[in-house]
Amino acid sequence: MSFTIIVFVKQVPDTQNITGEAMKADGTVNRAALPAIFNPEDLNALELALQLKDRYGAKVVVGTMGPPNAAEVLRDALYRGADEAVLLTDRNFAGADTLATSYALSCCAKKIGKFDLILCGRQAIDGDTAQVGPQLAEKLKIPQISYIEEVISLDKHKVKARRAIEGGYEILETPVPAMLTVIDSNDPRPPAAKKIMKFKKAITRSELVKAHAGANYTDAEALAEEEENLKTKNLWINEWNASSVDADPQRIGLAGSPTKVKKIESVVLTAADFKKIEANEQGINGLIHELIQDHTLG
Amino acid sequence: MSEKIGNVWVFIEQEGGKIADVSLELVCKGHELAKRLGVKTEAVLLGNKIRHCVDTLYHYGCDTVYLAEDKHLEPFTVLPYAKVIMDLIKEHKPNILLFGATLKGRELAPRVASEKLAGLTADCTDLQIDDFDDKVNKKFYKNKLMQIRPAFGGNIIATIVNTWDDPQMVTVREGVMKMTEPDKSRKGKLVEVKPSLSKEETIVKVIERVSKEKNVNLKGAQIIVAGGYGVGSKENFKLIYELAEALGGQVGASRAAVDAGWIDHDHQVGQTGVTVRPKLYIACGISGSIQHRAGMQEAKRIIAINSDPDAPILSVAHYGIVGDLNDIIPKMIKAYKSKV
Repeated sequence: MSFTIIVFVKQVPDTQNITGEAMKADGTVNRAALPAIFNPEDLNALELALQLKDRYGAKVVVGTMGPPNAAEVLRDALYRGADEAVLLTDRNFAGADTLATSYALSCCAKKIGKFDLILCGRQAIDGDTAQVGPQLAEKLKIPQISYIEEVISLDKHKVKARRAIEGGYEILETPVPAMLTVIDSNDPRPPAAKKIMKFKKAITRSELVKAHAGANYTDAEALAEEEENLKTKNLWINEWNASSVDADPQRIGLAGSPTKVKKIESVVLTAADFKKIEANEQGINGLIHELIQDHTLG
Repeated sequence: MSEKIGNVWVFIEQEGGKIADVSLELVCKGHELAKRLGVKTEAVLLGNKIRHCVDTLYHYGCDTVYLAEDKHLEPFTVLPYAKVIMDLIKEHKPNILLFGATLKGRELAPRVASEKLAGLTADCTDLQIDDFDDKVNKKFYKNKLMQIRPAFGGNIIATIVNTWDDPQMVTVREGVMKMTEPDKSRKGKLVEVKPSLSKEETIVKVIERVSKEKNVNLKGAQIIVAGGYGVGSKENFKLIYELAEALGGQVGASRAAVDAGWIDHDHQVGQTGVTVRPKLYIACGISGSIQHRAGMQEAKRIIAINSDPDAPILSVAHYGIVGDLNDIIPKMIKAYKSKV
């Protein structure tokens, strides 16, 4: 009995560690200056998939939608123990909101084929919406459970899992296939040295072409041969575009996104009537007195 | 544009027959939006044996309550809730649909929006009605819902508009919309809905449910004393408790203090915790990441106690005390006790 588990991940700018250099003179965020990282909760989702692989035996397929260099997070996933990787990349996917993104991912999942579980991180730190997982489940017409802490059991018919609820937890059971979103509830395993040695050579078609262009070597036949060679060695990262996953052009990217951004403002901190209080008895007494006077303290 | 627009709807979240605060906040906000648009404020209330909640919704401003009671709607699971709401949307075509950005709201709203092919904006902190002139696509939209939310880790504020068919859907962060005084004489219309649920929507089973009563009510607190990583240890957090007790306040914490295991997550203030707007917020040893500031900067008065004169928290504080909190907090307790 073996399972197929798809893990959808995202490469995100590291918004949690924004330093001075990442802010432009006009106060907006300079995305290019932020390091691109593996979205933290997607690492938890991958870890959960790998634990299930350890427990029950599973093929873990990791997928991402993003620019060509998002292949970086896929290699990272391979270093940690994923079995296959898919990069969904196409200029026409750009500008997608969560609806268009979940549609594109649903097309990707269908092309991957039969699966038992889809795991996603609860949310990505660049948007914090937590919407793509549930919307993907709806697009595939499969049940969803969000905020998973751990999977209690998995068989060919159902999955039983524990998840966070307001002020407690819940144990739910659902038939598979199902989509689960995972919260920060496990310690993702680090990349394994042996796997790094092997999979650092894993590449996408774009990367292969680029490598050959550098060597001034663009013979189609030789490329195809190299592709076959990499595939046999399991060093091939599938690269799919909108048409290869059979996505309706009207439902992806900007065209497929109902929400439009009207305006973006950077957050400017306002230090309204700031008063420095001396850290001595006199200063503190004065402060407490003032707060009692204006009825802030009763 | 003589076409009549739909009403403003609020999804009412309830747990054990008690309406969530955020739902009442949204009824108040929804009422304001509906008045502006000249439409009704309507509530969608799902569960089992929850009829007693209806009057409260009228008092806060609902003109209509759609009530669906069914044993499959208690306890909450996403699929049957999504089905009932979807059926109601198809029948009544609301213009706006508001959800609280709670755990429930954030898993339910996207399921509904995806099926309806409607836009959905998460975690809004403000809502307004305005026109949208989409110059890129050369389209003009009148009286749309401006969906305002922080993005990019709180570093930017985005205004988002749904340009497809109604409803315009959002989830709204807890504690940011003001609750107005209820009018106990207000009445409304009850519409009972018979849910049509099939096996398809009831396949997810709740096996066990453990929910402990929260021992802290930060949202309703007038005074919050919060500790961060600068507190230094779990033992030292007792200083924070002592100050809170002396001032009659509640204890809050930054994520760093929660992650360090010094205090329970129920106390966490900020983007992944609770948003608060107390009369007084005292931040002790909290550096003030943007995620934390997002959850407390609406406080009327902010005191920051920090050993670092460059801590970002000082930029949103009204009073800053630079120094050692182990020294400052006892002085504050003493000063307060001698004044009252």
